Amino acid sequence: MSQTIFEGTKEQMRALSDCIAAHRGQAGALMPVLHEAQNIYGYLPAEVQQTIAEGLNVPLAEVYGVATFYSQFSLSPKGKHQISVCLGTACYVKGSDKILEAVEKELRISCGDCTPDKKFSIESCRCVGACGLAPVMIIDGEVYGKLSPDDVAGILDKYIKD
Amino acid sequence: MTCEELKKIAAEKADLINVRRIVREQAEKLAPATGYRKQVLVCGGTGCTSSHSLKVIEQLEKSLKELNINDVLIVKTGCFGLCALGPIMIVYPEGAFYSQMTPEHAKTVAERHLVKGGEIVKELLYADTVHSDGSVIPFAEIPFYKHQMRIALRNCGVIAAESIEEAIAAGDYSALAKVLTEMSPDDVIAEIKNSGLRGRGGAGFPTGLKWQFTKEAAGEKKYVCCNADEGDPGAFMDRSVLEGDPHTVLEAMTIAGYTVGAQEGYIYVRAEYPIAVERLNIAIEQARELGLLGKNILNSGFDFDIHVRLGAGAFVCGEETALMASIEGRRGEPRPKPPFPAQSGIFKCPTVLNNVETWASVAPIILKGSAWFSSIGTEKSKGTKVFAVGGKIHNVGLVEVPMGTTLRTIVYDIGGGLPGGKRFKAAQTGGPSGGCIPATHIDVGMDFDNLTAIGSMMGSGGLIVMDEDTCMVDIAKFYLEFTADESCGKCTACRIGTKRLLDILKKITEGKGEPEDLDKITELAEHMKSSSLCALGQSAPNPILSTMKHFGDEYLKHIYAKKCPAGVCKSLLNYYIDPDKCRGCTLCKRNCPANAISGVVKSAHSIDTAKCIKCGQCIEHCKFNAIEKR
Repeated sequence: MSQTIFEGTKEQMRALSDCIAAHRGQAGALMPVLHEAQNIYGYLPAEVQQTIAEGLNVPLAEVYGVATFYSQFSLSPKGKHQISVCLGTACYVKGSDKILEAVEKELRISCGDCTPDKKFSIESCRCVGACGLAPVMIIDGEVYGKLSPDDVAGILDKYIKD
Repeated sequence: MTCEELKKIAAEKADLINVRRIVREQAEKLAPATGYRKQVLVCGGTGCTSSHSLKVIEQLEKSLKELNINDVLIVKTGCFGLCALGPIMIVYPEGAFYSQMTPEHAKTVAERHLVKGGEIVKELLYADTVHSDGSVIPFAEIPFYKHQMRIALRNCGVIAAESIEEAIAAGDYSALAKVLTEMSPDDVIAEIKNSGLRGRGGAGFPTGLKWQFTKEAAGEKKYVCCNADEGDPGAFMDRSVLEGDPHTVLEAMTIAGYTVGAQEGYIYVRAEYPIAVERLNIAIEQARELGLLGKNILNSGFDFDIHVRLGAGAFVCGEETALMASIEGRRGEPRPKPPFPAQSGIFKCPTVLNNVETWASVAPIILKGSAWFSSIGTEKSKGTKVFAVGGKIHNVGLVEVPMGTTLRTIVYDIGGGLPGGKRFKAAQTGGPSGGCIPATHIDVGMDFDNLTAIGSMMGSGGLIVMDEDTCMVDIAKFYLEFTADESCGKCTACRIGTKRLLDILKKITEGKGEPEDLDKITELAEHMKSSSLCALGQSAPNPILSTMKHFGDEYLKHIYAKKCPAGVCKSLLNYYIDPDKCRGCTLCKRNCPANAISGVVKSAHSIDTAKCIKCGQCIEHCKFNAIEKR
């Protein structure tokens, strides 16, 4: 499943068992548990899926099936800074594809990938609902709006220096 | 809590809310009785917080403290609708509409307007609210608001989004009190049926009938479900209701629970809407504390509770059977219907499922009556519809208008027209399942049936305006990329059909299109419509079919002349330098990565189209607008 060596802390493990215990026996508990597990670890490594499968008494195949069905669940770790460029319709007609291109060019990776130093990862998303600010990109939850491709380098600079 | 206690809470804050709803002169008289000389409403919706409205609130609080002002109330509300001008701030009782606020502006307003004897800071007001003679007009009279009628959004931007007391004072839960004390389940169904309310999520199914089928379905346990998985990119009305007036959704779901005989409800909301999720959770907690959710609601003996479930980024989960599978913790794959949710829904129990905007229309119908609601709109589409207007238009934002309002009113009167004096080319409605409305149909009244008749659909209400610079083949390709990406893969027609349609569109936009491709599209589209399992696949060809119908010439030009008339499809464009505009500065030549530009200093340059890789670097660097794509 995931190629990265999994390293989890005791605190993370404890948080995960608490979460599983809180949801055990509830109907439809798998999605909320996966959400929380991803919050705890940043992604859903095979080992975590295994723990959830055993904890909720659900086949691992089903956990894997659900984790891979939804685009927000990630099986590989993301960068320290997560960049998301909106490709929703309102942003697209205002040229968000060119924003994405500029980000890709600046960081020399493609959408969906992580830089070798694990500092940045880029993904596209479909509408965060800030259409009044189109085109937008989001870095670690901070929204940058009304962008032109020329703005990208300056914005990324802040995070590169960080 | 009892109905009397509910009325008491409503009465306590009624004047506070009224100041925000009545004309200036009356509001100024009423304000002193509320204990607050002025009220400052700042938008805390996603649009405005993205442009840092929370920093505006912080600065206001700081300034008020420094100025020792303690009779001014700061209220963090939901969306005002005019998102393009965010962050927005309104000061009552004057109704002064400040736009594009920064913390510095907030400081200025506090020092010059909010102090005792202060005056409106005209230069910071939204320009449309200031007359040429310097007088300030109420924002409700500006074109953006004047043509609107707010039913679903009635409390958005009016009340504090995280205060149940303000929600109650604005009327929330009074419909529930009426239902629980005066109406039988059959009365409720009759009222909703007579109102003519149809589902706002896309299909437009009569809501009253849905409730009746669920009530009549056999089963001990039943569920009420709210579809807040607003997946159409560019639509954000459901999010705004959840962020601005979450209690109206809880109230309406409780009413439905009483009506169909359910004790439990689920709200399935997109995880991409963190503010909406947070406000929903707060609202549910508050309602439980006051006894408006839980056991023995309003002393009626009726029990009802609501859970929130988060989506995880799958567009198909907006489809009702996929949504319910996801609530059950499974892959969000749709299943064949029948059985419909009213017979077999969540955990195989009868379920009534409506979308957020539909839920937000329920309480007003109960309070004002079905006759009032059905007097608004057109023959078969009653009430109002919220549109999320975006794209190439001045006033990007949320607009609620009576059904049947023309596209022209929405685009020009309310939307303020297109920026840069560009020509209106088309509006796209219904998102990836919908189609486009060309300029020739701009006077069509927007309702369920009219839109279907011209090859588009209402959908959830996303409305993206496009100008002459938009290539319709490229837009069709954009939507197919979306549906091909989001197809869940369960049925062949959709999984392979979307992929193949996308392949053909890519071929056309790359200049490799052949005449028979259009026939292939039509044939494939027919098969997908008839054999896909759910609406995602059945409607995926719509964006192509509708652009082919209204902009067929653009497809022909791509295929036969290998030209993109809008100048969008990169492979079909050549770059040229206009010798009259070129000053021979050599900037383009020096920046061309392919060495395709020749020319000497101070004389017109030219591009070798055979060498040109169409990267656009020359256009970006030219200071004289001398390079064009043709």
